[in-house]
Amino acid sequence: MTYDIVFIVASVVAIAAALMVVLSGNPFISSLSLIANLIALATFYILLQSDFLAAAQVIVYAGAVMIMFLFVTAYLGGRADEPTRQRPWWQTLAALVASAGIAAEIVFGVERESFLHGPVVSDAFGAPQAIAASFLGRYLLAFEGTSVMLLIAAVGGVVLATRRPAPRGADEPGAFEVEQPVRVQSLQSSVMQAETEFEIVRSGAGSDEKDAG
Amino acid sequence: MHVGVQWFVSVSAILFGIGLYGVFTRRSPLILLLSVEIMLNACNLALISFSRYQGQQSGQVFALVVMAVAASEVVVGLGIVVAVARRKGDLDVDRLTGLRN
Repeated sequence: MTYDIVFIVASVVAIAAALMVVLSGNPFISSLSLIANLIALATFYILLQSDFLAAAQVIVYAGAVMIMFLFVTAYLGGRADEPTRQRPWWQTLAALVASAGIAAEIVFGVERESFLHGPVVSDAFGAPQAIAASFLGRYLLAFEGTSVMLLIAAVGGVVLATRRPAPRGADEPGAFEVEQPVRVQSLQSSVMQAETEFEIVRSGAGSDEKDAG
Repeated sequence: MHVGVQWFVSVSAILFGIGLYGVFTRRSPLILLLSVEIMLNACNLALISFSRYQGQQSGQVFALVVMAVAASEVVVGLGIVVAVARRKGDLDVDRLTGLRN
């Protein structure tokens, strides 16, 4: 009974938050609603005995990914808002038909009776040990591919976000800023220069005093 | 009422439809990325539901891979959004037609 109540509450929260994401005009409200949606989904994962995935969902998604969204929304400021321009009415209608069609197809397509009884699984079903055993055993290739993909994405993000210098014409020397060579001055010459300047000042001051005396 | 796997799959389908509606109707690339996130998470929910129904871990492993894919997609997508905003000023996916011709 508690299971059913938790499921109903979580599904109401998930669907309402998803609708807020899609229909809200404020990007901040959209991002925060997506966090609520992701936490409701983590509740589903706990109900499905996938504890490790629920923790990963909260930490990775609702934590890291959404923080990045919020940072970019704050960086863009007003430019992140929706452009106010009327779209043709048939576009909204087509979107409604397509999305409601896919959703209805699956909702009414799943056979109610055949899915009712899943197998009884032990408490260790979604535990980190079990996930690690499959991830580092049978699905090792997927694990390695995932790490390579994350590395590529990190490098790509850095490359995309780097501010490059403005491109120059073909006749101008060098496509990038040329550093001016630092003028090398030996220590001896600089000391001599300082001494001569100091002498000039001091002798000048002395001659002033002599003139005054 | 017994909450079986079909209820989870139904919620996942509804979430997928909402995300699809968002991708179709919104014009800000930031909201588009959020809608794609909703769709990816709906797929994750379906994967985990069937993993529970079958009593096997494969679906959970695949859901983890999908999470990594989503994180990579967000990194690259947000990088593109920031680069476009810096270069062009306005963010409207209907006007970003520089690669069309």
